[in-house]
Amino acid sequence: MSEVFGIPTQALFGQLLIGLINGSFYALLSLGLAVIFGLLNIINFAHGAQYMMGAFCAWFLLNKLGLSYWWALLLAPLIVGATGVVIERLMLSRLYKLDHLYGFLLTFGLALMIQGLFRHEFGSTGLPYSIPSALEGGQNLGFMFLPNYRAWVIVSSLIVCLGTWFMIEKTKLGSYLRAATENRELVQAFGINTPRMITLTYGFGVALAAFAGVMAAPIYSVSPLMGADLIIVVFAVVVIGGMGSIMGSIVTGFVLGLAEGLTKVFYPEASNVVIFVIMAIVLMIKPAGLFGAEK
Amino acid sequence: MNDPAGAPALSEIAIKPLKHVNGAAHRWVAFIVMVAFFALAPTFIYPVFLMKVMCFALFACAFNLLLGYVGLLSFGHAMFLGIAGYAAAYVAKEGLNIEAIRLGTIHIPLNIALPPFTPELAILTGVLAAAILGYVAGLLAIRRQGIYFAMITLALAQMVYFFCLQAPFTGGEDGIQAVPRGKLFGVIDLSDVKAMYATVFVIFIGGFLVIFRIIHSPFGQVMKAIRENEPRATSLGYDTDRYKLIAFVLSATLAGLAGATNALVFQLAALNAVHWTMSGEVVLMTLVGGLGTVFGPVVGVLAVLGMENYLAQLGAWVTIVQGAIFVICVLTFRRGIVGELARWIKKPL
Repeated sequence: MSEVFGIPTQALFGQLLIGLINGSFYALLSLGLAVIFGLLNIINFAHGAQYMMGAFCAWFLLNKLGLSYWWALLLAPLIVGATGVVIERLMLSRLYKLDHLYGFLLTFGLALMIQGLFRHEFGSTGLPYSIPSALEGGQNLGFMFLPNYRAWVIVSSLIVCLGTWFMIEKTKLGSYLRAATENRELVQAFGINTPRMITLTYGFGVALAAFAGVMAAPIYSVSPLMGADLIIVVFAVVVIGGMGSIMGSIVTGFVLGLAEGLTKVFYPEASNVVIFVIMAIVLMIKPAGLFGAEK
Repeated sequence: MNDPAGAPALSEIAIKPLKHVNGAAHRWVAFIVMVAFFALAPTFIYPVFLMKVMCFALFACAFNLLLGYVGLLSFGHAMFLGIAGYAAAYVAKEGLNIEAIRLGTIHIPLNIALPPFTPELAILTGVLAAAILGYVAGLLAIRRQGIYFAMITLALAQMVYFFCLQAPFTGGEDGIQAVPRGKLFGVIDLSDVKAMYATVFVIFIGGFLVIFRIIHSPFGQVMKAIRENEPRATSLGYDTDRYKLIAFVLSATLAGLAGATNALVFQLAALNAVHWTMSGEVVLMTLVGGLGTVFGPVVGVLAVLGMENYLAQLGAWVTIVQGAIFVICVLTFRRGIVGELARWIKKPL
């Protein structure tokens, strides 16, 4: 068996794979946060709870309605995104004229409520969600064993991330979005319905979180608190990347996932905190974040 | 905080400067009411609950010093409460034994072997630990503003949480249990509830007066200037970063005082004091009571802890109700209880 730096390659690549998987979730979630922040100027603390709702939605669809994983992948983001639209219309839209911190506090309260309600209903232990039959098994790559489902998670989240990037940076709709991020009033003066655009943007960001939740359901068990600690790591990812660029949040997400995986190989005790340590270092060297611009 | 889009600063919503204030008599009345309440309440309310209230009131007042008067939302204040609790509990139980420091090949013999600390020294140790952590965290956090500041403090606090989970001296999931309360100055036995209550009372009132003094000092005026308009404060020649750092360290230190005292009262330092839910709770308490009011946090703590005590047997409902209160406060009750009261009597409280 071959070794790299005294570590068996099997273990090294195994951890790198886990790192890439985590990185996929970091990228999807920080992308959603960045899209929402760009237009609404709100950091969506409920993002972790909405990720959890996506996973629960998939569980419900399978166990109560008999709809498969593939339906869940399509329906869960729509359903959870719709709840996001309701939240934006009923609550967040009242806060745009206030300090940004109020949006943060409101979504924190929502996260507590959502997580509390699910915990009340389902308890803290996880519910199992099995891998769809089409993605069972795996490939032997010679140097490591690659489960099909994990490969699917990495590839499909890359596609969704890049698709979102393409939509925002290269299409006409995206150009409206970027213009409204710069100056909302001016875009409205050109006859574009910005309030609706804001609502749909929030819905879209939430849908991305729910999509990540469905993808996570077969890997981690479906539990009410699955998003609670994750969202704090994603905040650190967002601080490291800076929310100025869409591509920036995607790249930062994947790279930090890998960094975490590598830490697990070489210094496991620090794997919980490595992203926070990187955040501290980035703050010292480039406070605006790697891809950010100081406003 | 003040962005060109015209979003009003925190202060404009919560604490619109009230018209001309004649003297401060009403403040003294409020202060005397508060002191009288905590002096008399143990006769009809469970004293241990009141001690918890006073510790958290000091914690919330320290937090409010930062959010209400400098406009910085720290979402990681539990790290100061928690680390001070651990430090105080550890030295009160185990003393301090350091044979030597090893840095790679360098070996510095210290041979420190101190017996378990007396309560006042244990609290001092906790406060010191919180102050040092506050300085380090503050240096990092003040490099960004507004919402980033909140995210950075939250992330740093999570790092401290994982540290406390894994470090050898914190007892991991169990925490440090059965911490002796000891004898204050070697004389007063704190295992007596009355003595403990009096000690907590003195610490709380002392801390409260320190905060009151800070707010109304020239330094406090600069803090408020930074909250209202940081670029203007800079252009007037104030080194705003330095002021923010000092305010952050002061707030962390006082939060540490609360945490160390709390650990002695409950004879326990545990992970829940460093967890992010605790950071959220202190935000809630301050919000309910009234941001940027002197007495708001105290009232908020009474309200929130009272509610939690009442709902304690309902499990997950505590979180749900907390979340609902957050939502309601942000949407319709941004001034908080004391803020509304102050508006009603047209005087700042």
